[in-house]
Amino acid sequence: MNRITKLFAEATEPILNVYATAGYPNLGDTMTVLQALQEGGVDIIEIGMPYSDPVADGETIQQSNQVSLDQGMTVAHLFEQLQAMRQTITVPVLLMGYINPVLQYGVEAFCKKCAEVGIDGVILPDLPMAEYESEFQAIFEQYGLYNIFLITPQTTDARIAQVDAISKGFIYMVSSASTTGAKTGISDIQETYFKRINGMNLKNPRLIGFGISDRASFLKASESSAGAIIGSAFVKLLGQAQDLRGEIVAFVQSIKGKK
Amino acid sequence: MKQSFQVDERGYYGDFGGAFIPEMLYPNVEELRSRYLDIMAEPAFQKEFQDLLKDFVGRPTPLFKAERLSAKYKTNIYLKREDLCHTGAHKVNNTIGQILVAKRLGKNKIVAETGAGQHGVATATVCALMGMECIVYMGAIDIERQAPNVARMRMLGAQVVAAQSGSKTLKDATNEAMRHWINNPVDTHYIIGSVVGPHPYPDMVARFQSVISQEMRIQLQEKEGRDYPDYVIACVGGGSNAAGAFYHFLDEPRTQLIAAEAAGKGVNSGHSAATTFLGKPGVLHGSKSLLMQTADGQVIEPYSISAGLDYPGIGPMHANLSYTGRARFFGITDAEALDAAVECSVLEGIIPALETAHALAVFEKLHAKPDEVIVVNLSGRGDKDLSTYQQHLKLND
Repeated sequence: MNRITKLFAEATEPILNVYATAGYPNLGDTMTVLQALQEGGVDIIEIGMPYSDPVADGETIQQSNQVSLDQGMTVAHLFEQLQAMRQTITVPVLLMGYINPVLQYGVEAFCKKCAEVGIDGVILPDLPMAEYESEFQAIFEQYGLYNIFLITPQTTDARIAQVDAISKGFIYMVSSASTTGAKTGISDIQETYFKRINGMNLKNPRLIGFGISDRASFLKASESSAGAIIGSAFVKLLGQAQDLRGEIVAFVQSIKGKK
Repeated sequence: MKQSFQVDERGYYGDFGGAFIPEMLYPNVEELRSRYLDIMAEPAFQKEFQDLLKDFVGRPTPLFKAERLSAKYKTNIYLKREDLCHTGAHKVNNTIGQILVAKRLGKNKIVAETGAGQHGVATATVCALMGMECIVYMGAIDIERQAPNVARMRMLGAQVVAAQSGSKTLKDATNEAMRHWINNPVDTHYIIGSVVGPHPYPDMVARFQSVISQEMRIQLQEKEGRDYPDYVIACVGGGSNAAGAFYHFLDEPRTQLIAAEAAGKGVNSGHSAATTFLGKPGVLHGSKSLLMQTADGQVIEPYSISAGLDYPGIGPMHANLSYTGRARFFGITDAEALDAAVECSVLEGIIPALETAHALAVFEKLHAKPDEVIVVNLSGRGDKDLSTYQQHLKLND
């Protein structure tokens, strides 16, 4: 069974998914960050594959992408870093990035490599549903890779139903019309939207992302979903950390309320 | 008219095109896709559009027989005078069309990207005309090197925002405009300035620019007794003036389509923007096209002396024209473009934009016959490039 499916089936408390840009703050930090996240008690790790033109991302994640690229990160190098990942990492791991580097690596080669190193799913925001269905779905499924789709407050009910039908694992619910890191906190309007989706009886669970930065917003989002995703707030921490491992562990514990 | 080099129902030109956009943009792009053709077909829309092209832009633009250039190259050269459009280039044909679409979509704010500032000025102009709020993203580096256009946009009431990310040029201004649209999806329309972006933008922009080749046909009939030339030449960055100049000749086998790309310091010099020579299929700014990129799929920052051709991609229509061989592409260096700009100035009394100068540099390589007819799309005037001309041509000595 895919680790994501198993996690959602067995979870008894809100699920925390944390995004970390690969090769950031330093090129060789990827595995250190993964291990510290797991040690802190994270439920899912989302590894950002850096891209030169990440249009869905705000300033914080963009900058971390550029720093990582400048240090020499590539898709091929990331797979090398993750080669022995499953010797230590047991939580589900997603790759998040943009479609062009995947196309250049080769879609089939990419999926094969994901399966080999133990990646459970991918998030490619600029790969829309129609393109996924016509060109990618068969290959993804052949390698047991989940493709996670996004929905936003502007996504119509009919389209949400389509997303639900094609999705496996979970649906990534974008909390507001924005790029990553643009807004923080959860407003009443957003809560209404969360509850509306919660009332749709979708077959897939949802994780809420964008605007989640601390335990309060994490718990708030989790009231109407299976959990939440933290990205920019964590990348900011990575950029400033003096004691990388220690600060990551403490951050995750503070969100999960383990201390 | 239905043409084989046109976009298909899925938004593709052959293998190129599509709409690779984040879900956050889907409702806006889908609304546009489902409505643009109907809106453009409305008689009231057409009347408003045509009236503005005539009375505000100054269309039809002349088709001018360049006698001295013709004599030099021993052929028949016509210049399609888009440089005489209001704001000094063809860009305004598209911004007029798109702002009328935006109005009918109920939008009251406009966002746009700009490189050299021509599209930004054309957007700020129509926003002033229509009383809409206008935000233009421009690379921080371009803001420094294109100060007069920044001043024009501001005088027209637009807010010019510096794109500080990445290479701080057109590519990044486009990223920032897309991000702005993601963050303001309900009241804002994004006026893309070229035949790039997710479907339906390449097709919509090409249709608005197609007035260029529509007029060429009528004017050629009057002047040459036939409604097609042997060659149409246009410069290509993203490719909007070329799309407009080629549009009504795409399925005219007697017309050769010629595209001039910026080869910078030489196609293989490492300082170039010749996408069809150096690019591979990839996805940027919402469509699959040819793209200058590393083996890892990271976008390479291009180089050209001309800020308007300084783009790492090319419209999907042109990628298909290149791939199928329907259009012939030439890489024109900075030096060749500068020579051609001087030649057009001294022989015809017309100072062309640096972008346009790339198209004018093709005569030398074309070896057209004495009885053949060439139309060059003179896409813009050179006023905005005077400081570059001064510097490179030593005009101050």
